[in-house]
Parts: sequence; C-alpha cells; structure tokens
Amino acid sequence: MAEAALRTLPFDKNRALQWLHTYGVYAGVGALLVVNSVITPHFLSAENFRTQAVQVAPVIIVALGMALVIGTEGVDLSVGAVMALAASVTALYLGYGLLPALLAVALFAAGVGLANGALVAVIGVQPIVATLALMVGGRGLALVLLPQLKDLRNPALASLGSGDVLGVPYLILIAAGLALLVAFVVRRTTFGRQLLAVGDSRPAAQLAGLPVRRVLIVVYVVSALLAAVAGVLATARLQASDPTSLGNLMELSAITAVVVGGTPLTGGRVNIAGTVAGAVLIQLLTATLIKHDLPPSWTQIAQAVVIVAAVYAARGRGKR
Amino acid sequence: MAPTAEVLAVRGLSKTFPGVRALDDVDLTLHAGEVHALIGENGAGKSTLIKLLTGVYRPDGGEVVFQGRAVSFATPLEAQKAGISTIYQEVNLIPLLSVARNLFLGREPRNRLGLLDMTRMNQQAEETLRTYGVRVDVRRPLRTLGVGAQQMVALARAVATDARIVIMDEPTSSLEPREVETLFTVIRRLRDAGIAVVYVSHRLDELYAVCDTVTVLRDGRRVHHGDLSRLDRLSLVSTMLGRDLGEVRTEGLTKFTGAHSATDTEPVLEARELTAPHQLHDVSLTIRPGEVVGLGGLLGSGRTETAKAIAGALPTRSGTVTVAGVPLRTGSTPAALRAGISLLPEDRKSEGIVPGLSVRENIALAVLPRLSRFGLVSESRVDAVVDTFIQRLRIKASSPQQKVGELSGGNQQKVLLARWLAMHPKVLLLDEPTRGIDVGAKAEVQKLVDELAADSLGVLLISSDLEELIEGSDRVVVLKDGAVVGELTGSDVTEEKLMRAIAGDAPARDTREEDAADG
Amino acid sequence: MTTTGTDAPVTTASNEPEEATEPVGSARSERLSALTQQHGALAVLMLVSLVASFSFDTFATGDNLGNMATSSAFLAIVALGMTFVIITGGIDLSVGSLFALGGVLAAWGSRHGTLVALLLPLAVCGLIGAVNGLLVARSRLAPFIVTLAAMLGARGLMLALTDEGADTYLIGKGSVLAELGQGKTLGLGNPVWITLALFVAGAVALRRTRFGQHVYAVGGNEDAAALMGAPVARTKILVYTLSALLAGLAGALNAAWLASGVTILGSGMELEAISAVVIGGTLLTGGLGYVSGSLVGVLLLKVIQNVINQIGSLDSSYQQVVSGAFLAVVVIAQTWLGRRRQLM
Repeated sequence: MAEAALRTLPFDKNRALQWLHTYGVYAGVGALLVVNSVITPHFLSAENFRTQAVQVAPVIIVALGMALVIGTEGVDLSVGAVMALAASVTALYLGYGLLPALLAVALFAAGVGLANGALVAVIGVQPIVATLALMVGGRGLALVLLPQLKDLRNPALASLGSGDVLGVPYLILIAAGLALLVAFVVRRTTFGRQLLAVGDSRPAAQLAGLPVRRVLIVVYVVSALLAAVAGVLATARLQASDPTSLGNLMELSAITAVVVGGTPLTGGRVNIAGTVAGAVLIQLLTATLIKHDLPPSWTQIAQAVVIVAAVYAARGRGKR
Repeated sequence: MAPTAEVLAVRGLSKTFPGVRALDDVDLTLHAGEVHALIGENGAGKSTLIKLLTGVYRPDGGEVVFQGRAVSFATPLEAQKAGISTIYQEVNLIPLLSVARNLFLGREPRNRLGLLDMTRMNQQAEETLRTYGVRVDVRRPLRTLGVGAQQMVALARAVATDARIVIMDEPTSSLEPREVETLFTVIRRLRDAGIAVVYVSHRLDELYAVCDTVTVLRDGRRVHHGDLSRLDRLSLVSTMLGRDLGEVRTEGLTKFTGAHSATDTEPVLEARELTAPHQLHDVSLTIRPGEVVGLGGLLGSGRTETAKAIAGALPTRSGTVTVAGVPLRTGSTPAALRAGISLLPEDRKSEGIVPGLSVRENIALAVLPRLSRFGLVSESRVDAVVDTFIQRLRIKASSPQQKVGELSGGNQQKVLLARWLAMHPKVLLLDEPTRGIDVGAKAEVQKLVDELAADSLGVLLISSDLEELIEGSDRVVVLKDGAVVGELTGSDVTEEKLMRAIAGDAPARDTREEDAADG
Repeated sequence: MTTTGTDAPVTTASNEPEEATEPVGSARSERLSALTQQHGALAVLMLVSLVASFSFDTFATGDNLGNMATSSAFLAIVALGMTFVIITGGIDLSVGSLFALGGVLAAWGSRHGTLVALLLPLAVCGLIGAVNGLLVARSRLAPFIVTLAAMLGARGLMLALTDEGADTYLIGKGSVLAELGQGKTLGLGNPVWITLALFVAGAVALRRTRFGQHVYAVGGNEDAAALMGAPVARTKILVYTLSALLAGLAGALNAAWLASGVTILGSGMELEAISAVVIGGTLLTGGLGYVSGSLVGVLLLKVIQNVINQIGSLDSSYQQVVSGAFLAVVVIAQTWLGRRRQLM
C-alpha cells in the first residue's frame, strides 16, 4: 500500500512520521499563514485575525474538554448537543438576568456530564455509546425546551458576544483563558496527573490507589461544562438561540482538532497547545479555501485527509 | 514395548530476545503415544519453546524435525494444519459462539447450497463431545459451559484437526478435580491412539499421574530429561530450582544480612482465611513489625493472589485482614493504601509503572494527594520527596523528567519501590522485587529490604529465587495450589526443608487436607 | 472426528449436562438474559404498538402502517450493514454520508439508465468502504477515526458533485428506478420488499455461511479467531465494504422514492443506525448480534417517532429525547447483564 511507496523514499519513514506527529500541526499552521499572507488579500489585517479568532474560539473551547476526555481513552459525542442545550436554557432563563441564566446552563450541563460519567465509570458502558445516548437525548431536550430559533435581546448577553477589551473580543479572551487554565490543570494539579495515569494505564492507576471513578466522572462533567460555555458564547454572538443547528457536527470538529494536535486516542497524554493549534489549522484551512472561492466540499475532503494523516503518523507511537 | 515412531525431534533450538537468551541449545524428542511433561519455573523457557514449536516465533538457531521432515512454521495456523495443536490455559475459543460452531469453525459441514448444514454440525458435535465425556446442548454459547467442558471442546477441536502432537499449556489451572480426571482419561485415550502429548504444568501430582517422560528447563537450557518414573519428587523440585541436595551453603549469595530482630509485639498484619474461588483457600498469615515473611511455592501456588488479596486488589469471597489491630475493608485498594499496605506488583510493566509519565510523576503518583494543597501540586514538595528517593535508591535516570518507560528494568523497579515507600507504609508486600533486573540493582534492593525491616516495617517477600527467599526471610510460609501447606521458622528456614515442603514431602506442620473441592 | 480407537465409554465423571455442575438457577438465568438480549426489543415494540393502536385512531390504519414501513426501509438497509460491522467489534460512522452520496449518484446516473443509476452508487460507495476496511484491517487504525474521516470525505465528494448542494438531480417519472422506489407490490411499497429480501439474505449470510462464522469469531475474540484459522483481515475488509455498499444502495433507493437526489439527507443517520442496532440486541463490543434485532430496532425507533407525531401536541424533538433515553436504558441493561454473566 502506501507503505511500499514510502519505503522507496530516501529518508527514514519512521523519523519523518515521528516529526510529523510532533510538529506537523504547527508546521501546518505556519505554512497556511505564510501561504495566505501571499495569496489572500487583506489576510494580515487585524480585522481578519479577529474574524478568524472569533470563529475558532468555540471550537477551541469544546476541543479543550474533548482533549481531556480523550486523555482518559474515552470520547464525548454529546458536546454538540450540550451546546444546543445551553442555547435553549439561556433563552429560557434570560428573563431572570444573565447570571441566573448562566447558572441554569451550568446545572443542565453538569447533569449531562454526570450522566455520561456515571454510565462510563460506574456502569462500565463504552464512552461512544454512553455519550451517543446523551447526544441524541440532549439535543432532543434542547429542542423540547425551545423548538424554534429565538432572537435574544439582552444587553449583557450582547456585550458578552460582541464586546471587546482593547479591540480583543471577549470570546477570544475567554477561549485563551480557558486554554491556559486547562493546560495548567493538566500540568500542575493532582487531578491532571491522575487523569493522565488513568488514561495511560488503568490497572496501574487502580493499583496505585487513584480514585479512577471520580476522575472519569469529573472529566465528563468538565467536558460538558466547557461545551456549555461554547454554546453560550456562540449564542451571545448570534444574539439568537438556535438549538436546531447550533453545535451540529461540533463533536467532529473537536475530535479532529484534538487528534490533529497530537493527543493520542489511546490516552495518557494531553497536548493542549497542539489541540489549540489543531483547531486553528482546520479553521485556517477552511478559511483559505473559502476565500479563494473553493467549494466547501474541498474543505471536507481536506479535513478527512488531514485526520487520516494525523492518525497514521500517530500509529505505533502510543501504547500497544 | 516395541519402539514407537519418533514424531518430533528438536535439536539445538535457540531463541534470543534483546538482552535475554530465552532458549539455549535445547533438545527434545517425542514419540508417538508419549505423554511428555515439560516443566520449569518462570523464565525457564517453557513458553518460548512452545511458541517456537507452534509458529509464533522463529528460532534463531537449531532445527525442528516433525514427522521426519525439517519444518519452520510462519504462523500458528500453519503449525495447526501440519498437525501440531495447542490448547492453552485460557480457553482460546470464541465464548459467545455456540459449542458446535466453535468446534467446527473453519471446517463446518456444508450442504449442497454451500450453506452450513446445522443439523449435521450439531449432531456431529454432540457425538464427538460425548466421547470426551461432555453431554451438553451444543447449541448453547460456549461460555455457558464450565471451564472444564470448555477445555474439552478445545481439546476435541485440537484433536479433530488430525493432530499428531497436542500441546497442553497449564490445562488444569481452572478445573475441578472431577474435570481433571476426565482430562486424564482423554489424554490416555490420545496416547492409545498414538498421539503425542506435551503436558506443561507445575502441579506435581498431575505430572506423576499422567506423564511418561519429562524435560526440565531452567534458564533457557534443558537440565534434565528422561522417564518420570525414575525421578522422585524431591529430585524433580531440586532440578527445577537448581538446588543440589546435600550442598550446604555457609555464606549466602544474596545481600541479606540474616535474621532481623523482629519485635515480639503485636502483628502489624493479620490475614485470616482468605478465600477466592479457584485461587485461594483459607490462606492465613501474620507479619510482625520488623519481620520479613517469605511466601514460598511454585508458580501458580497462589502467592501473587495472596499479596493482591491483602492489598485489596483481588476480590475475596471470605476472609479478613487486620492492620495494626484495625480491621480493613477487603477489596479496596485505596482503603488498603490508607491503612498502610503497599504492594509492589509482580507485573511491573502493565500494573506497576505508568510508562508515559516521567520518573518524577511515577514516584509521586500514589502519595500525590498528600503533597498537594487544594488540588494544586506543590512542586517543591514533590521534588523533595522524589530527590530523596532517587538518592536513597540510587535510581539511574537522565533526569527525573525522563519517561519511566525508557529506564532499565532495575531502575523501573526502584521507581516503583520509591512510589510505595513514599507512602510510609506499615506493611510492604513485595512480589518478585528482583526479577528481571541486573545483579547490581538486585543487591541494592535486597539491602533495602533489610533496612526496611530494621525500620520496623512488616515485609512480605515473594520470590522465585530460592536463595533470596531463604536468606531474606525470617519465616517462610509455603503455599501449594492456593492453600498454606507449611511454615518454616528459625533454623528450619533452609533450602532443603523448603523444597520438601513445596514438593509435598514431610511437611513442616500439619497440612490442610482439604483440596480445591470446596472452591 | 476424534481418532480414538477403542471407544471405551468414559467411566469416571462424565460431564452431565451442565445443570449438574452449576446450580440450577444460573443456567436458567443465563437463558433468561440471552432471551432478553435477543428479543427484548421485539417485546417492547409489540407492547408499544399495541398501546398505540388503542390510543390513537390513526395509528393502526393501513396507510399509516404502510408509510411507516416504507420510510423505515432505508434506515433498515443501512442498519443491516452496520450490524455486520458492529458484530466484528468495529463501527462505521460514514454510512450517513454514503447514504447521501448514493442518492446523489443514483439521481445523476438515472440520466444514463437504470443500470448506471444502481451500479454507480454501489461502485463508488463500495470502493470507499473497501478503503475503510483496508485502513482498519491492515494499517490498524481505529475504526472510529477512519470512518469519521470517510464520513467527511464522502460528504465532501457529494457536495462537489452537486455544486455544493445546489444541484438536485431528478429522477424521471416512469423510469424503472422511480418505479422501484415508489411503486407498490401487493400493497406494500417496493422498498419494503427489497429490505425484507436483503434482511433474509443477511440473516442467512450471518448464521449459515462460513463468512458469518468469521464475522462472529473476529468480534468475539480476535486473537483466538486468528489462531483458529479465520481470515481476520479479509473479514474486516468485507464487512466495511458491505456496510458501505448497503448504505449506498439505501441512498439510491431513497432517491428513487423521493424522485430526486436530495443533498441534505443522511446527517445523523449513522447514529440512528447504531442506535437501532444496539437497541436490537447487538453488542457494541462485538461477537453477538442479530440481523432481525436491527430490523426491530429500526421499527421501534420509527414507531416511537410516529407515536409522538400522533400525540400532536408534543414536538417532534421529543422523539429524540425518547430515543436517547431508550438507547441509554438498553445499553445499561446490556452492560449489567454482561457483568452478571461474567460473575456466574
């Protein structure tokens, strides 16, 4: 197959794949930036950066949670549905003020996360199926709560979505802040270390007395909460709650960002910087194609190729 | 007896893995209708030999002559088709599939349309299994059968493929005594039919009951072969363990300094009547502070299971564990850790180290909650602990940041020891602490055990290295088939007495007569 | 056959039927749990249908039932293919996109005759399925990710073929293809008959052929299956190809039914198919599964949908909530039953 073709190349295939695995995503982002600055007019403008960043912010936030879940060798397919649920709940409770609405969103999201975590950690259901059930049910619930798109008029919400500090939109600040926070948690907290151990070798983690169940439940709750944040921010930017289409296919984008960013599906390692870069890479790829009037179909095909390349490069790198 | 045909001749077989010579110039001969015991302790080369014979590995040297022709199998399937079948300790069939389907997978009878002929298949399956003493509805899923019956299905399948040699790898480890008898009857039938059987086990009773000849492997070499009837149990055990009777050692080859001054105080650990079906039967033992209690026995005697049961890693059906007088909730590792029990597991690769994490993180893993404030890890405290242990245990790594998976076995073991010592345990359970590590590290670990005992820790020592066990322990509890069969204290802790106890001769104290029957 | 010469009956401990060695209770409860696994969904389906026919006048009418049957046909065909993949322990997330792709290809191809209209989707989707299978079986990549990529790629391909979803190819009235999709035979829509035929073929393939044995073996215990001589890689490649083929076929039929290759379809269909398969009693971990169960699962989901529609005052989004809850309950039951079996 491709193996035979690669064998005829002059350099060491394994080393090339290894390099690709570790630095590929950054190289990709860099390459896209360079290419675009040449061929795309107005690419290097502050306004363009702002636009791109605002578009990618929700994906980054969701991908952060997904990275943590994948770090435990799991997956969370319900994140898109949680975004929709967040939009619905926001619309419902906004009448009481922004803060109460946010609180309600947090409660709903935590509920979904708890359900996922309980299914996976306590009952032992496979993460794909557990989060699939919550995905279907969650989006249904979102639609039950708010069957149709609803315009939201709330100044607090509007400023959250469109406001900025010194020209930097809140969305970007929040995304960046959360990325730093999650990276910090992974590196410097007990929970983070335990999460990595659980994902790397569950038997060893168990024998070392780690609270495996608790770690798993928390991870799914965090993923849901982050998805909820993304949902609220997206809703704030739209100034409308749209549970039908919000978050559609978001789980795929998040998983792509995580995988392309170098976090192995087999767990044990979480690469936050890579995840952010992965989300940015896909965003830039899409933007490049769109700005040059290339059809969206190309984006999807390109995404597909990038995913396969990323996992192929990661093959054998993780645990056997 | 008329000379029977030689069906297998192995000459000079060798296999080397990185750093380890698993098999070194081994010969083996099998004749039709011979039941041949293949024995040896862990690491002796048994499984390597079998894997070479069945095509899982390729030999680095030597040759295999099967039915007069030199052969080299590339896959287990090839070996099977040629006539060498294997049944494994774990039933290697498809549990969710029916008995009949399992039996006939790959050679299902078909009707004229090319579809499976279920009636014929079920009928033939039933008839075949009846001759193996199994009368079941063959349409049931395989896993609804008892393990004994499942083994029979595996055996029937192995034989049905026109096997000339059937290799049985620990076939009785999960069988009831009644099922074992059935197995033996089948083996005798195979023998009568001219099929050679290679029987791998360390249950001495079984070997003597059904095998004709024996090959003993040790450290990758063949150290004995011949008629089993000419070898008494004690000699067999001593050959397996490499101990020459009558040789008296005055100075040890280990670094243990001798008896520890065990205080005559209350025991720090008391395990009473631990029972787990098929694994442990009423195992009891006590450890006093400052005492090193050895757990002796052959492979499969229940030593690891005992340690895991005490540490809460093995669910038990009954039995109690008390630590410093306080009863412990069994079956919970965190509870055991909190109570002060730390276990160094036998399988450090999959149950010990977390390979992707660094040395530092592996050492701090268990004690992390104590080193953190509000969930935030105090890096300085971790550094302090890690540095202390890296120094004390002389762990060799390029830096504490190095991934533990990259270290040598000896250093990995030290990292694990550091992890458990950092918990300041009251009781330390060591399961094969020096296995697979270099001589220098071995010595250091042995010295460490002495120091720990001097510090009033209670230590349980499991080791297949007889010398290490004898010289490191103050007392040795001997296990056989999951039950305690003896205990050696004081001057009785000698290799000879230990081997006798293991072999089942002249026990040091009344052995329990109960068998696996109540398991 | 055993090669023993003398057939001296085994005198000692002949293993009596297992009831003697195990407590009687466990054999019975094993049978009970197996029954629940296989037929639980059917029982629920019958119960729900019964209640619905009493509660709603419009439920048990020929029209309603006929419509339900026809509209379920397409999902059912997809679920059939998914069943094979899941039994081998894998998963195929690309079927939704392949469904849409198949529809578009059929509609486009209908301009060149019915044969092209049917063969083109099969060829293209089959090829994609084969690539999936190769990546999973030989490159040993996780099925989840491989079919995820295929899902994106196939959708991209479909968009490319339809000018980004703008074009909708129509299928001419009166063509054989349209007749296949819209016509009725003996009162039931043709797609229903086709589905039934496919399911019968699928059941036979799974339970009565060597291929079927291999599918179960690979999913039940891959290492043992290899040792027993089953062609593991080839089996995997075949099931992914089959799943893709059936998804493409379903899409083509659906296009024929709608008389056009609509491009927005198929989204989320893979998850519906997985739900149906799991609800129908197939284990997601592989090794156990029933084609009939998947059919029941699809019908159950459709009936729930229909019932909720009948209630009128409830939004159709309730369907999703109920479906999600169903899936959760089924999976919990499966896992719990599985755990109990292990302890027996």
